[in-house]
Amino acid sequence: MEHGSLSNQKASTFSISDEDHTLANSVRYVLNQDPRVEFCGYSIPHPADNKVNIRIQTTGDPAKDVLKDALQDMVIISQHVRSTFDKAVIDFKASNSIAKVKSSHKGAGKSSKSAKMDIE
Amino acid sequence: MPRISALDMPDVPMGQLPEHLELQRTRVLCGADAPTHTEGIQYSGAYASMEVDIGLRIENFCRDFRIDVIRLTEDEMEFDMVGIDVALANAFRRIIISELPTMAIEKVLMVSNTSVIQDEVLAHRLGLIPIEVDPRLFEYISENDSPNEKNTIVFKLHVSCKRNGPRFTVKSDQLKWLPKGSELEMETGVKSSIKKKYTSFSCGQDTLPELSSKPIRVKHDDIIIAKLGPGQEIELEAHAVKGVGKTHAKWSPVATAWYRMLPEVVLLEEVEDEMAVELVNKCPVKVFDIEDVGKGQKKVVVSRPRACTLCRECIRGEGWENRVALRRVKNHFIFTIESVGQLPPETLFTEAIKILEDKCDRVISELS
Repeated sequence: MEHGSLSNQKASTFSISDEDHTLANSVRYVLNQDPRVEFCGYSIPHPADNKVNIRIQTTGDPAKDVLKDALQDMVIISQHVRSTFDKAVIDFKASNSIAKVKSSHKGAGKSSKSAKMDIE
Repeated sequence: MPRISALDMPDVPMGQLPEHLELQRTRVLCGADAPTHTEGIQYSGAYASMEVDIGLRIENFCRDFRIDVIRLTEDEMEFDMVGIDVALANAFRRIIISELPTMAIEKVLMVSNTSVIQDEVLAHRLGLIPIEVDPRLFEYISENDSPNEKNTIVFKLHVSCKRNGPRFTVKSDQLKWLPKGSELEMETGVKSSIKKKYTSFSCGQDTLPELSSKPIRVKHDDIIIAKLGPGQEIELEAHAVKGVGKTHAKWSPVATAWYRMLPEVVLLEEVEDEMAVELVNKCPVKVFDIEDVGKGQKKVVVSRPRACTLCRECIRGEGWENRVALRRVKNHFIFTIESVGQLPPETLFTEAIKILEDKCDRVISELS
């Protein structure tokens, strides 16, 4: 899966099967945010092949470790997005049910008022 | 933006980006002819000469990231996702559309079909009918697997039109769930007393705790499947299996999922009186409003920037580009999910994130 020289671990190309832009582009973004990364890019060699090649060149650290760190960062980011989203949905549902109760109360008040008016 | 020579610009303290660079980094600028600065600045050391580090720090991300739900109904939701890069926002969108599994009809066993609609067209139409069932209760079926209660849902359709009656419209509510599996017997050619069925269920699906309270049915009862003339008949059995949208769109759990960047409309100078009326009338989606400042004077205010479609009508014509600036915020996404109905939209999003996590974990384990 990894193509690089044994003597120089700071530059490698990783070939990942069964993945596409979804993972590769996200990983490329996270890798570019890492100050240890000198160059990073990815390509899909052929649209019919189900694989991506991710090229990483670092300032000194082994490319493999940097990639692993980037993937771990992505997991942390995803978990944070998920927990934030769940919280936002719960908050929205809670505030919405309160609003609904309030509006139904208001509606009831109005209708009784109009009924009274009719009587008058 | 007016062009100013770099020599005339005020000095900026180290560790801070000059205003115009900050604008180009965080906004897409929409000119009358074309948008500019559409690309994101990728490299974390891009502004190293100014001692500005734009690299991602997890703790900063966790502090600044925000989600606000705008709208949430049974099968549609809209929310704002702020403080994340397009790469990740797009990954979530791609996963929702093409990698979240659902159940859809994949195999159709035709017993008889004397209607005008051909077998293959009928089978294709059946495949597109959304089935209301949680796909997480089922497993994928592989080529060598025999269909069982864990990986297959069986439906029966048996309709006919009376010889002297009016024409009959077959709708999706005619599909009947068979919790005990296939009722059709396989033709083996060997004469034996035990006939083999097309599925081998070890128990009825309606006895499973998750399904006994909520029987499997089609999401919409009024989808037209076929029309039968007098004397015509359709008898078939449909087998639904688990799959993902990238194999075939029938397995996609959403009608669509998309995002757009938050539009930002800025008045570069005060727009007053006749110009104010002109500007308000220029905008087809009513982004601007007129405010009375007293003494019969009018002033434009930007009251609904979210409604802006960036049609650029407001910056058409002489001089308008100097008065109004249209921009998009690069890290603020208005995300919309339209579910087909198998799963609620909020579940779709959390499931999509879980899939991305799984992808990362898979590669991590392959690396070590």
